[in-house]
Amino acid sequence: MDERKIVLQVKDLQTTFFTDSGEIPAVDHIDFHLKEGEILGIVGESGCGKSVTSLSIMGLVPKPPGKVVGGEILFEDKDLLAMNEKQMRRIRGNDIAMIFQEPMTSLNPLFSIGNQMTEAVRIHEKGWSKKKAEGKAVEMLKLVGLPRAKEMMRDYPHQLSGGMRQRVMIAMALVCDPKVLIADEPTTALDVTIQAQILKLMRELNTRLNTAVLLITHDLGVVAETCERVIVMYAGQIIEEASVKMIFEDPQHPYTKGLIQSVPDMRYKKERLYSIPGSVPKPGSIQQGCRFAARCEFAFDRCLTEDPELYETSAVHQTRCFLYDREGVEQHDNKALIES
Amino acid sequence: MTTKPLLKVEGLKKYFPIKKGILGRTVGYVKAVDDVSFYVNEGETLGIVGESGCGKSTTGRMLMRLLEPTEGKVEFDGKDLTSLSTEEMRKTRRDIQMVFQDPYASLNPRHTIEKILEEPLIVHGLDNSKERKKKVREFLEIVGLSAYHAKRYPHQFSGGQRQRIGIARALMTNPKLIIADEPVSALDVSIQSQVLNLMQDLQKEFNLTYIFIAHDLGVVRHISDRVGVMYLGKMVEMADSEQLYLKALHPYTQALLSAVPVPDPDFKKEQILLEGDIPNPANPPSGCTFHTRCPHKMEICTKVTPRLTEHDSGHSVACHLYSEQVDNDIKQLEGSI
Repeated sequence: MDERKIVLQVKDLQTTFFTDSGEIPAVDHIDFHLKEGEILGIVGESGCGKSVTSLSIMGLVPKPPGKVVGGEILFEDKDLLAMNEKQMRRIRGNDIAMIFQEPMTSLNPLFSIGNQMTEAVRIHEKGWSKKKAEGKAVEMLKLVGLPRAKEMMRDYPHQLSGGMRQRVMIAMALVCDPKVLIADEPTTALDVTIQAQILKLMRELNTRLNTAVLLITHDLGVVAETCERVIVMYAGQIIEEASVKMIFEDPQHPYTKGLIQSVPDMRYKKERLYSIPGSVPKPGSIQQGCRFAARCEFAFDRCLTEDPELYETSAVHQTRCFLYDREGVEQHDNKALIES
Repeated sequence: MTTKPLLKVEGLKKYFPIKKGILGRTVGYVKAVDDVSFYVNEGETLGIVGESGCGKSTTGRMLMRLLEPTEGKVEFDGKDLTSLSTEEMRKTRRDIQMVFQDPYASLNPRHTIEKILEEPLIVHGLDNSKERKKKVREFLEIVGLSAYHAKRYPHQFSGGQRQRIGIARALMTNPKLIIADEPVSALDVSIQSQVLNLMQDLQKEFNLTYIFIAHDLGVVRHISDRVGVMYLGKMVEMADSEQLYLKALHPYTQALLSAVPVPDPDFKKEQILLEGDIPNPANPPSGCTFHTRCPHKMEICTKVTPRLTEHDSGHSVACHLYSEQVDNDIKQLEGSI
């Protein structure tokens, strides 16, 4: 099947925040992998742990209060969690780069674009002359489709529009030709027409440079247009994983189903939107059983007492729901209900 | 549905002066809203969409006179709001209420929900204390919260619940028109659909008229009967929501629609990618303000500003592609073939 090499493997990752009001498991036993040149999406609503997952990979979880308490993050067979800060710094930017939601807060307002771009180059390419680094920086700015790249080197972040700033961030992230790019809500702060430009750019760069992308977003539309594979997160857990095609064609977890139905579709008018009752459980409110059970219309007794695992429903599809447990409740009444 | 316009806006303008130097001389204007006209019928929902800086929020604020219009008329229920005195306007606001985007910023954190919801009634001198408290509880239930929430503070609620409180506050004075400025954009998808459904239910129950300002085209299409599209301070297209989405006329609307990501990987659409960014509103392009990004730019577009004119019944567009001159040209062309 897919014979691309796995570049990033997350195994049983647990990141917990230790607060005055108790321990909050923001990321709770997560497993996934990212293949070479792949675009993998992580979707979920606020507080589901998608951003903490990405920060854990980068070793950027604010600590205290946060701490990665368990698991492994393997990048080309090296465990990132076992590395010290110095080794980690070599990985960041060089091998794994990250872009954030709000480019204005990620760029330093006091330094010119050129200054910040060449700094990124020279930190990782020791021994490069200033001129050589500048050349590389201009080349990168051109690569991300910025017109008048040369002049832009002298501009300051506030002189650029939101879309241009995000392009600069992408250029900066790709300057060292990383194998993995983590994009945390890269287009959320942008207008739709600019979002379309940035998404197109990311797809192009992905094919051209073969950079694997981990795209974190709350927008199912963005996922459908950009990703190959998707992970859906809820309350710190992966609740469904599938190819993009399958997740929209045959969403299995009741939460995923609900989420997809909640989005107003531009192509036709729905009389009334589906809505998932209630709201996300407060992080840390430890409960027994499936975390979605309280909001799930298909929940039955087992959901309230046992913790479901990820059940494989096909080669490209996994779901954390008892309705898909082959040995358990295959014939449960709710199964027929959910399939209708 | 009745077809009586509840609100009629004509030639609404808002120019913000740009001041420079120690004397604070005005060196130019930002034309945030530039000659916008529309109407809203009783009981319907008018959606206003556009990207950041297009003037949609400024328009909303001017309708309530939270911002004074530079020029233009706002006729509400037969009265011209722009000519009312401050005191008369204050009284009229009983009938026009607003729901804001950020439910975190629009509720006073030091007040209990009861106090927040009671305030509009006190301001307008309605009911006595006992009746007010009763009404607060009643409206909490109506928006899907519980009466016991009245004694709590805003921080004890989630984003979706706060937006419900914001909606309850708008309903307290029994208004005719509610202006909702990005009411669901700060909310998660699953909560967003709850709030949209609530707004639709309330509209039926209280015969409300909505002006729904948002940047999300899917949401606007869902809730609106008619939609107006704004670009750089101007209304560029206005139509029935169905019409607009099926047959957008203005190149900007077409591009905007095609840019929205559709949650369906099999859906193949023709994406019209716009070049560049929205121009600076302090120095807008001449002629049609969209011509710098328009894929169908003609010579006339750089010189003459197109007016919003009716193309089909109920479907207006401000674009030279649809002006009669061009129509005639096309007809001539077709005739010669």
